[in-house]
Parts: sequence; C-alpha cells; structure tokens
Amino acid sequence: MNLENIKSEIEANVPGCQLEFVLNPSPSAQHSLRLDHAHAVAVATYLRDAADLRFDFCSNVTGIDWPAKELTEKVKVKKLVDGEEKEVEEVRKTTIPGTLEVVYHLFSVEKKHGPITLRMSTKDRETEVHMPSLTPVWRSAEFQEREIFDLFGVVFDGHPDLRRLLMWPDFIDHPMRRDYVAPDDFEYEPTAHDAVLQRANQHQSEAIAKLASEAEGK
Amino acid sequence: MSDATNLTAQIDINTIPALGKEQLLELAMGPQHPSTHGVFRMNVVLDGERVMKLKPVFGYLHRNHEKIAESETYLGSMPYTDRLDYICSITNNWAYAIAVEKLAGIEVPERAEYLRVITGELTRLQNHACLLGFLMQDMGASGTPLMYAFREREKIMDLFEGLTGARMMCNYLRFGGCRVDTPAGWMDAARKVVAEFPRFLDEYENLLVGNEILMDRTQEVGILSKELAINAGISGPMARASGVDYDIRKVDHYSIYDRFNFRIPLGERGDVYDRYMIRFLEMRESIKILEQAMRDIPDGPIVDPKTKIRGFRPKPGEAYGRIESPKGELGFYLVSDGALNPYRYRVRPPSLINLTVLEDLCIGQNVADVVVILGSIDIVLGEVDR
Amino acid sequence: MVDEELKNEMSKQGIVTTTLQELYNWGRRSSLWPLNFGLACCAIEMIATTMARYDMARFGAEVFRPSPRQADLMIVAGTVTKKMAPQVVRLYNQMPEPKYVIAMGACAISGGPFKQGYNVLKGIDRYFPVDIYIPGCPPRPEALLDAFMSLQKMIDAQQLTGPNRPRHLNADAKSEFIVPKFGEHDLEPAQNSTVWKAPLVQISGTETDKSAK
Ligand code: SF4
Repeated sequence: MNLENIKSEIEANVPGCQLEFVLNPSPSAQHSLRLDHAHAVAVATYLRDAADLRFDFCSNVTGIDWPAKELTEKVKVKKLVDGEEKEVEEVRKTTIPGTLEVVYHLFSVEKKHGPITLRMSTKDRETEVHMPSLTPVWRSAEFQEREIFDLFGVVFDGHPDLRRLLMWPDFIDHPMRRDYVAPDDFEYEPTAHDAVLQRANQHQSEAIAKLASEAEGK
Repeated sequence: MSDATNLTAQIDINTIPALGKEQLLELAMGPQHPSTHGVFRMNVVLDGERVMKLKPVFGYLHRNHEKIAESETYLGSMPYTDRLDYICSITNNWAYAIAVEKLAGIEVPERAEYLRVITGELTRLQNHACLLGFLMQDMGASGTPLMYAFREREKIMDLFEGLTGARMMCNYLRFGGCRVDTPAGWMDAARKVVAEFPRFLDEYENLLVGNEILMDRTQEVGILSKELAINAGISGPMARASGVDYDIRKVDHYSIYDRFNFRIPLGERGDVYDRYMIRFLEMRESIKILEQAMRDIPDGPIVDPKTKIRGFRPKPGEAYGRIESPKGELGFYLVSDGALNPYRYRVRPPSLINLTVLEDLCIGQNVADVVVILGSIDIVLGEVDR
Repeated sequence: MVDEELKNEMSKQGIVTTTLQELYNWGRRSSLWPLNFGLACCAIEMIATTMARYDMARFGAEVFRPSPRQADLMIVAGTVTKKMAPQVVRLYNQMPEPKYVIAMGACAISGGPFKQGYNVLKGIDRYFPVDIYIPGCPPRPEALLDAFMSLQKMIDAQQLTGPNRPRHLNADAKSEFIVPKFGEHDLEPAQNSTVWKAPLVQISGTETDKSAK
C-alpha cells in the first residue's frame, strides 16, 4: 500500500477533493494525507467502502494543538545604502497561525493492511474551530471525537452527541491545549529547584502570611 | 471559543422522549457501584426492568496521563504507562516501547524479544483469569471464583516481583530491550507456574462452564454483530468473540510472534457467553506460546547498547505503534519535535473504545444484565479515562 | 481499676475482668467493616488483600459493604480526581459515626505520581480527616494489613471520656464536611480550610526557611 497511489486513487474517485501529502521524516515513515473539510466525509466513505482499500477500522483519533509560532529568519537583501548597493542582513518575522489538528489512524480488518493516517486542521484556535465529524463513517470515532472536543475544543459538525467526555459539564477550559494553565494547588517536594523552587517559595510565603493573619485574628 | 462552550451543556436525561405511556425510571449506576469495576457511571433509563437507554459517563479517573507525559522525558513516561491498565502493566510498557522504537528506529535484541513475549503472555494469563473472576462476581457467584483467580494471579505476581521488583507496577521494558535479565532460577519457577496453569483452567471449567445458571445469564445476552464490532473499532477478545478474525499478533507480525505456533479462537454469536469462553481459549493458546518461548529463549544481551538513555531525543516526526494487549488494540501515537519530551503523546485505549457499543448491547436487556455485559467487555478505568 | 498482675492471675483461672472502655474498644476494633469502594490501581491490591493469600478476615475486616450506611471504615484506595472528589466526600458524610479513614497509596495521600494533573485532587485530606496514611504506589498488601493493625491500636487507645474522646462521643464535633462543587476551572472550594492547612515544607537555603522558624 503506497500512500501516493491511494492519494491518486481517491482523487480520481472523489471529484474535487483537495488532498495534501504530509511527509513524515521519522524512521517510522508513516506519511499522512491532509483532507479538506468539504470532502472529508466523502473521502472517508470512499476509503471505507472501496473494494481494494476497505479501511473499515478507524483505530485512533487524536487532537494536536499547534499554537501560533513566530519564526525569525535572517535574510540577506540588497539595499541602497548611501547611494551604494549593499548586501544587508534583515531579520524577518513570520507568524505561522495556530491551528488545531485532528489525526485519524485507519486500518483494514478485511484486507489486514494499514495504517494510513488522515489529518484535518481547523482554521484557527479561537473561533473557527469547526471541522466535519467522521463518526457517521466510523462509529469508533464517537467517544474519541468527544474527548477531543472536551480537551482541545474542536467542534465536530455532524457528531450525534457532542458533549464533554472526561471533564465535568460546567468546566470551560480545554486542558490539553498548550496554553492551558492548571490551578496552582500543590506543593513540591523539599528537593525543589529552579522554577519549582520559586513556586514552592511562593506557596510557603502565602501559607505563612495566612498563619500570621490567623494568629492576629485570635 | 464561544461555540465550544455553548455545547458543553450536558444532555439532560429528563429530555429523553417518553417511550409509550409507561412510567420510565431513571437510574444512575455508579460512580460508586460495586459492579462497575471502578469509578464508572451509567445513566440508565428503565421501563420496568428493561433498559431503554443507557449513557455512560466517564472521567472519574481522568488522571491527565497525556498532559503529564508532554512534560516528561520519553523514558519518564514509562512508569506512567504501568498505571494505565493497572492489571497488565507489562503490555502497556510494551505498546509504548514499540511506538518509541518506531519513532526512533531502534532494534530490539533477540533475548529481549523473548522476555517481552514471556512476560506479556503471563500478563495476558493473569488478566483473563482476573476478568473471569470479576465476571463471576458480577453474576452473583461472590467469593469462590474470584478467590481462585486471585490465587493464580498471586503466583504470577510473584514471578513479576522476582523479575522486576514490583508486583503490579513492573516498569519492565526499556526502549530497545528490557530493564533487567532474569535472576537465577526464575525461568524454572516460571516454567513451573505455566505448567500448573492448565490445572487451574480445568478446575475453573469444571466449576463453571457447564453451569446452568451461568448459561442462562450469559447466552443470547448482549449480542454484538460482526459489522458493528468492526465499525465501532472494537478490538481484542471482544471483537473476536463476534467472529472478527483480527489479532494484531498475527496481523502486524510485531516482535517475534511469527515464530510461535498458536491459533486465534473466534466466537460465533458474539454474546456474553462467547466473550467469556474466548478468554478461556485464549489462555490455553497463551500457554502454548509461553511453552514455546521458554523452550527457545536464547542467551544474549537484553538491551540494544546503542540506545541512548540520557538525552534521548528522537528526530522530528510521528509514529503510531500498537500491540494486542489483553484488552484489545493498545496503541501509542507520539509526535516528536526533536525535544527531550514528546510534543504529543496519545494513548489509544482499547477499554474506552470497546465501551462505544455498550448502549447498543444493553438496550432491551434486563437491568441485571447490564452488569454482566459491562463485565464481559473487560474494562479497566485507568485506561478508559487515563 | 484492677491491678495488672491480679488480672493476669485471674485470667489464668478463667476469670476475665475488663473495663467498659476496653470492651468497647475491643468490639470496635475487631469488626471494622470497610466500604466496598475502589478508585484506581490501589484497589486491586486492596482486593488482593482480602483474598486467600493475605486474608484480611483475620482482622475481622473482610465484610466489605457496598453501602456507606453499613460501613465504618473507608479505604481511599487510589487516585481521587476532582470529578470524583465530591462523591467521595458525600460517601464519607453518609457513613455513620464512628468512622475511620485509611488513605491508601501515594495518590490518596498527595496526588502521587499524578500530582501535576489538572484533574487530580492532591490528597483526600483536603476535604476530610484521615486516620492512617499508607505510602506506596501501590502499597503492598502487607502494608494495608499493617495499616489495619495501626488503626486497631489507635482504636484500642481511645479514651471514652475526657477532652480527647473520639469524635463520635462528642456531641459538638462535626461529622459531616462540605461537599465541593464543580466550578468553571476547579472545584469550589479547592480545599476545606477547617480540615486542611497548607504544610510548611523546609526548603533548605531559602528565605522562607528562616522565616518559617
Ligand atoms: S498510588 Fe500508585 S498504585 Fe495507587 S492509585 Fe496512585 S498511581 Fe495507582
């Protein structure tokens, strides 16, 4: 099973779909296909039903959070300095916008092959967090998409029962996002150092201040 | 995030349309319930004794394993994997090790593979034995069957303790091998345990297999069709009980399972009875594998000396590795950005995904059967909620 | 009070003397009924303790009760998550006095290995008092037995009267504690400050180290 072949096969059979081949440089060489939202369900259904592919087993569904990143690169540019053309180094900043990505791992029970990896991304991390749900194609995505909704905040359109899976319903954060800050509520062991030490110190002084104020109250 | 938060409101079980004119009863089973195998909750809607609707509620043991792993080194997550499915720690280690080995391209020496198979199959034996004990307990046979199962488990625990130093949380595998080699006399002790194990199976079968009450309570209860099993991602013994011929040991050819002669038992009807019997048969096959592995195990190194332990940084990329754990397909998905800790660390929990069909299995059954159906799925909450 | 030597002598002749306090404590400690309640990995070791090999029945404590109303010992065996904490406190409140608590394992004591987790309660003693702590991850069954024996010793030493009398003989003492609510980010309150005080840890070589003294 070559992913390039699968890609061209899908493109031939699902008209209009835009697939992007995502290379995986690690030794595992599990490359993946990025789907566009509009054709995701059609592509998934094709993968499931095509007689020679039969990816009927959607094993794993995962979210990944990619916060916005700032890249700084130094570029040499030619510029006119004092009427002379010179090469000047310039620092250019580019921001890669943040996105939430969802990854599907498919296997085939019938043909006993796999995995192939599908990915989809949202437009950004704040407002445009929608993407089509693949639960209508594979039931196994049901709880896993709910989990991603809960922990990452991706909204799956077309999911039959999109509720929080793990945290309680009144919880409003999405803890698996990289910028989530957990409640600061525990003490570190006495061997603390660096940032941990700072935090421990802060907790200590708070506790001491509280003790002192209590003593005054009495 | 406005949209995301609006949708978090839990669907109120009161809004479920009444079915017919009968009075429906809503019942919350769990999270503290003796039969839920831990802290798991099911909101059940009953019409008399019949289950009309069932919604599982998760998260009571959500320990943030994945989040914590993102700030741990790769090796630092190994002990955490023990605590996922805390009945079978070594197979969890194994799945994680395989994922990391794929990510970094690490080879495993021969002896280590044999040790992995031996400890992994011992884990499968004790998991299935315990499961059967718990299942019997759920059916009301309190005491004896569970005691028998734990008696066998203790023998295997002793082996693990001799090998790894811990009874439950073995933390035994390392990337590219195993942590320690067997101490003197261990292999003989293990051979003895394995040789005696069929006696326990016979005893258990005599005690229970032909039992009329057991048959009444399990046959034709909670039937799972083959098509639904595949579509819902059911794996492991539960899928095979429905006739899905899929065992990752045979399909992926991971480790050295190709060298052993063993069969994959399959069920026909997919009811609780099949799910229960398939575990007996799997234990017998595991014993075959164990006997062959213990006969053939070679001498040699147990860990690939080239593997870095300190400062282990896989190249950027990602990998999905999986094994056939006693519960089903246990997979790990790792994304590396070249740092000391994984960028994303994901566990594919077989217990959670096998629960997808819980509602389908329970609808129309008696409320007393819910407990049995849940027991036959074989869940461990540490893995369901992570 | 009977003289200790005389008492021994008499017991050899088959005459048993006792005090009401001894009798009462003996009865209490010899029939502890734990709540059938497991949370995580440690619960498996708790089950192993009740099984044939370790045989908790020797301590009169094998009668695991599924209902809190019939139990007088809660073994908090495993990780208490924030989602589970209100239920644990509620179960504790539902147990009738006298009631005792064993915190089994690192998680129940302090959050253990999962301490950094956003959904993990950092020790059940933030919400109600704990009598015995057993460290370990998981504690071995022997450790749980040891905890039992410690608890029995503790019960044996109870004074039925006086200022140090146990909570259940003191009409003024509280036996129910607030059940936390689910908040938007965390439990509310995050701890019960009448029960739990932030411990002062010695951090060597720092400012607070000196000021703490
Ligand atoms: S202390 Fe260890 S064994 Fe016990 S519940 Fe916590 S993680 Fe599990």
